[in-house]
Amino acid sequence: MGTEGLGLEITELRLGLPGCGDERKEKKRVFLDILGGDSGDGAGGDVKNRNIGVAVGWPPVCSYRKRTIIKMYVKVSMDGAPFLRKIDVNGYKGYSDFVRALENLFGLGDECEYIPIYEDKDGDWMLVGDVPWETFIETCKRLRMKKRVSDGGFQT
Amino acid sequence: MTSSFPEEVLEHVLSFLTSQTDRNAVSLVCKTWYETDRWCRNRIFVGNCYAVNPRILIRRFPDVKSIELKGKPHFADFNLVPEGWGGYVYPWVVELARAYPSLEEIRLKRMVVTDESLEMVAKSFNNFKVLVLSSCEGFSTDGLAAIAANCRNLRVLDLRECEVEDLSGHWLSHFPDSFTSLESLNMACLVSEVSFSALERLVARSPNLKTLKLNRTVPLEKLSTLLKRAPQLVDFGTGAYSAEFRPDVYSSLAGVFSACKNLKSLSGFWDVTPAYLPVINNVCSQLTSLNLSYATTQSPDLTKIVSQCCNLQRLVVLDYIEDTGLNTVSLSCKDLRELVVFPSDPFIGDVDVQLTEHGLVAVSEGCSKLHSILYFCRQMSNSALIQISKNCPNLTCFRLCIIEPRAPDYQTLEPLDTGFGSIVQNCQHLTRLSMSGLLTDRVFEYIGTYAKNLDMLSIAFAGDSDLGLHYVLSGCDRLRKLEIRDCPFGDKALLANASKLERMRSLWMSSCLVSFGACKLLGRKMPGLNVEVIDERENVNSIPEYAPVEKVYIYRTVSGQRFDAPDFVRIMGKDKDAVYNLS
Repeated sequence: MGTEGLGLEITELRLGLPGCGDERKEKKRVFLDILGGDSGDGAGGDVKNRNIGVAVGWPPVCSYRKRTIIKMYVKVSMDGAPFLRKIDVNGYKGYSDFVRALENLFGLGDECEYIPIYEDKDGDWMLVGDVPWETFIETCKRLRMKKRVSDGGFQT
Repeated sequence: MTSSFPEEVLEHVLSFLTSQTDRNAVSLVCKTWYETDRWCRNRIFVGNCYAVNPRILIRRFPDVKSIELKGKPHFADFNLVPEGWGGYVYPWVVELARAYPSLEEIRLKRMVVTDESLEMVAKSFNNFKVLVLSSCEGFSTDGLAAIAANCRNLRVLDLRECEVEDLSGHWLSHFPDSFTSLESLNMACLVSEVSFSALERLVARSPNLKTLKLNRTVPLEKLSTLLKRAPQLVDFGTGAYSAEFRPDVYSSLAGVFSACKNLKSLSGFWDVTPAYLPVINNVCSQLTSLNLSYATTQSPDLTKIVSQCCNLQRLVVLDYIEDTGLNTVSLSCKDLRELVVFPSDPFIGDVDVQLTEHGLVAVSEGCSKLHSILYFCRQMSNSALIQISKNCPNLTCFRLCIIEPRAPDYQTLEPLDTGFGSIVQNCQHLTRLSMSGLLTDRVFEYIGTYAKNLDMLSIAFAGDSDLGLHYVLSGCDRLRKLEIRDCPFGDKALLANASKLERMRSLWMSSCLVSFGACKLLGRKMPGLNVEVIDERENVNSIPEYAPVEKVYIYRTVSGQRFDAPDFVRIMGKDKDAVYNLS
């Protein structure tokens, strides 16, 4: 069996990763797509050597240990706020818990004026909630609370 | 053949055989021996809950006092098995309750346990004594309350790394005042605070309490109070071990620890305040087991402690101990049998922690009794592995995780084939191996040739072709569990070794190159195997037969296909409507 073509399949991130039931079928959506702009670096066909944070379940540290010991503080900025905050992404059970905590950090209510986005390990800005929670924890580098503009789109 | 001894004599002789493997062997000798074993075997171990079913078990063994069941495959620990896959204990509990009212012990690993199941356990077994749940999920503290309230003769309640819906700490208060039989309580994985006075009273009225593992919410300042009530403890796990330093708290704690003359094992130490670590100095020389893997403190603090543990047999610690700390271990802990070093920051690229292969080599040199290693590090070399294999020829378990996938020998940039090859060649008693780093098909050739006692093998990001898998399946005679992820292994090796799969407990392959077609063929041709394709992709029904599946889990079974599988699990090659009555 030849080795050509095998490299691609192995390093390509598999979609539909394990995690919270409903989110398991989500595809990675680049933030700029939402604006209707071009997707920049053509993430689809790219087979760079993914760094360790992207392979699910690697390194093989059991989820109990990951939840209890590993603190993953990331910076959170908010449009218009003069200072940043930090949050431990590993301290929450899932997205709903987490987003509520984010809103509390900045004293936001349920108004939905702000949408959380994050920069992943590839340097792309993503909408919080697309990938399975476990993947999000491992790939989130920093967060931003982006203010919505009145027509429902996003202010650039 | 007329038996020359009476059944009672045979039964008496067999009662000395406690290992299930031995019992299984004797049951094959002849019908008489099979019958005798079946009537008097009362401890049962089921390594895969889907390999058999309760009905078959009950028919064969009429009198069971203790049962152990395992559910999900090992890789479920790393989130590779999607939620809802299976492993439900409820159907077992229903049948066990009906057939074995005098059941005393239930041990479960990686199973889904509901409050309903726990309530049923609590109400069905009058003489229930032992409940051990390892890496289980699906229940809440309400289920624990039912156990506490109803199991009058409970001795052991041991929750190891379970995911519990923690509604409140009130469950502990359900143990009645008349309950005094507790010997072991492990609540370390629970999050809610329990009533301290209820806990104190429980400890005070449990004269046989030997093991007590607290959860994080029990503060350091309260430990003295508890330990004063239980100086007979053998195994103690602290809660959160942090507090502002106060000399009175310190000396009180040091005093109570000194009074625990039977203490052999310590754990806990979350969020540790290093200034409080030396309270255990006086018990260090008694310790045979020490788990500091939640103690996020620097090497000097950890080293000071281990340097005093001259009788230590088992050490679990974070990489914060560094090479210098492990060097101290090699000089001070001459009786060490088991070493586990976990990573403090596995997802960050560059770290300051000086833990390398040198630490492991040092321990292998200084601790001649070392037989089990689990080690996470960031660099490895063939020469280090060769040295380790020569220093520890009696290794039974070697699990090495080099954090970067496919990392080569950092000195020569070569694959680590010769290093691991040396391990399997020199360590003839090796039963468990986990590999990492850059590995070609060659390492599998070594494994197939030399690792004749290997029982469990874990492989990730390794190999070049099907030949690698073929070497393992055809060479490792005793292999029972094989788990593989992200390797270029496909149909050829799998199908060529189909019959081997029936002599194994299970095979897991994810992100490999096994096709739908091969899975279907295997499932169809091998009635004794369940071939489960686990695939969550939306378009999975339109994926061609030759394309690779996401994950496949193959296991032998006498129970036929299961009917509790979710929609993303397909049992391949079996007629969905047929019920295989293979009992």
